[in-house]
Amino acid sequence: MGLAIAFWISAAVIIAAALGVVLLRNIFRAALSLILCFLMVAGIYITLSADFLAAVQILVYVGAISVLIILAIMMTREVQRGNLSNKLQLPAFIVAILFLAVLVLTATNTPWPIAGTAPVAPTTATIASRLFGEGGFILPVEIAAVLLLSAILGAIVLAREK
Amino acid sequence: MINNLGLEHYLVLSAILFAIGLYGALAKRNAIIILMCIELMLNAVNITLVAFSRYVTPELLTGQIFAIFVIVVAAAEVAVGVAIILAIYRGLESIDATKVDLMKW
Repeated sequence: MGLAIAFWISAAVIIAAALGVVLLRNIFRAALSLILCFLMVAGIYITLSADFLAAVQILVYVGAISVLIILAIMMTREVQRGNLSNKLQLPAFIVAILFLAVLVLTATNTPWPIAGTAPVAPTTATIASRLFGEGGFILPVEIAAVLLLSAILGAIVLAREK
Repeated sequence: MINNLGLEHYLVLSAILFAIGLYGALAKRNAIIILMCIELMLNAVNITLVAFSRYVTPELLTGQIFAIFVIVVAAAEVAVGVAIILAIYRGLESIDATKVDLMKW
């Protein structure tokens, strides 16, 4: 019961905040709305008993990515011009609605193979042994480290004054 | 229906979030707003991955590990994306995505 209340509150705030990102006139307020959306997605992870991922969501998205986005808004003086749309507004709306209809029909009409067992309670140890243990995901972890390094170097090269 | 949470609730929520992000990424002029809408779409995908991990394979947590990798790639993507936006702003004095047409024939 409490889980359902938490889910419905989080879901309502997520959808309202996401609509705020698209519809608010002020770009800075749209960014703040995006941060609220990220926080509530962490709440959704908690209702799915993914405690480690909720902490990662708050640290990386709310802590780092939102700071980067707000920094970009402050460095470019586009806030006065507002959150404008281009000429593709109606086609984009139709595409999004059609895509949503396909996804919802697929999600509700497919018999998913639901496992009845309870979820793992603290997930951190299981995730660590899956990432670093025998037969796990150690190669993708190493590749992710290389990817982050090259992204940092690329960002420095792109943003540096000539 | 209201009290019993199932996999479908999470899938429909993430579908709505993805559709909102898709609309914003297609229909907005400001490059930063487009970047923010791409983040919304990545979050929708993460919700789907974690929901499948919770309901289909609760012991293995493979979906949560995929979600961690998606978060890593999203962080790298935002860093490079913001650098590209700042470089475009220095050259064109604007980040209107409809005015960036140097490679358009």
